Amino acid sequence: MITINEDLCKECNLCKEFCPLKVYEESKIPNKKGIHVPCPKNEDKCTKCGLCILMCPDQAIAVDDKDED
Amino acid sequence: MDKTNQNRFMKYLRTDRLPNIFCPGCGNGIVMNSFFNGMERAEIDFDNLALVSGIGCSSRVPGYIKCDSLHTTHGRPIAFATGLKLANPELDVVVFTGDGDAAAIGGNHLIHGARRNINLTVICINNSIYGMTGGQISPTSPTGSYGSTAPFGAVEKPFDLSELTKAAGASYVSRWTTAHPVQLANAIKAGLQNKGFSFIEAVSQCPTYFGRKNKMKTAVTMMQWMKAESITKRRAEKMDATDLEGKIIVGEFQNKKEAEFTEQICKLIGDKCTTGKPSSIKSAFQED
Repeated sequence: MITINEDLCKECNLCKEFCPLKVYEESKIPNKKGIHVPCPKNEDKCTKCGLCILMCPDQAIAVDDKDED
Repeated sequence: MDKTNQNRFMKYLRTDRLPNIFCPGCGNGIVMNSFFNGMERAEIDFDNLALVSGIGCSSRVPGYIKCDSLHTTHGRPIAFATGLKLANPELDVVVFTGDGDAAAIGGNHLIHGARRNINLTVICINNSIYGMTGGQISPTSPTGSYGSTAPFGAVEKPFDLSELTKAAGASYVSRWTTAHPVQLANAIKAGLQNKGFSFIEAVSQCPTYFGRKNKMKTAVTMMQWMKAESITKRRAEKMDATDLEGKIIVGEFQNKKEAEFTEQICKLIGDKCTTGKPSSIKSAFQED
């Protein structure tokens, strides 16, 4: 499960660009800081490679290793 | 928030200081992540780690990491780290420095640290510009790049920091960009495990100053540029000098075993000390 911390995200869009499977998409509605936080639209494609965690300069992304059920 | 849904590097950070001060898309955060990844894989004890930094954007990194850190004067982190390492040889000392810090004002400390081959890991975040003070040209800015002190393009030749430290005698030298975070983490791991002066140059993006002045306004375009322009060392060896102009050569430049400075000093003290205690330096700050 992918969680994005809205308090830390600064909308640099690196996760959106560098995810090899294009899991992330920009959200339409800005949050209270006016930031379009990326949302993991195609989460079913995620293989948990962890590149987005390494690429996020603000440590905002968390990918849970375990499946939901 | 539930603990399982936290970023895996959050346990190393001073969470009360977050969000960090870096601009959106700054490469310092990526180098920080790669450092944690490399540190985990090198099996370094986090409690036995000391981070030293100088002045600059990159030198703010240790301020966000929950371990012993030292924020020193401009250009002098390697000088402070040398003292720290000699006073307490068991400590793993890592220096976070920038291009202005290591190459410009602290250039002498860098080459003499490499000459001594003291067991430090120096991570130089090279963003080719002075980001904190307003985008002035730094010693590593490529020829022809724009900055606030070079409105018609820089005419100077840039410093090749990896070749410099290799020539000065460092025992581990490698260069990667922030567009290669996995390779950068591997290099940091190798640098931490190497007994001797390890220099890791992380070519990084500064979208706010370097990017804006050089027609690459976002972090994404800067990182795509870095990814396209970087060539591995093996491929670069077969190419002409004219083809390599403006390219970033990445890879491992040096990996050798040589006599280490701290060990030699400790051995000398052990041999010459009249009280017969090799650990006599430690008694200066530890009562025994």
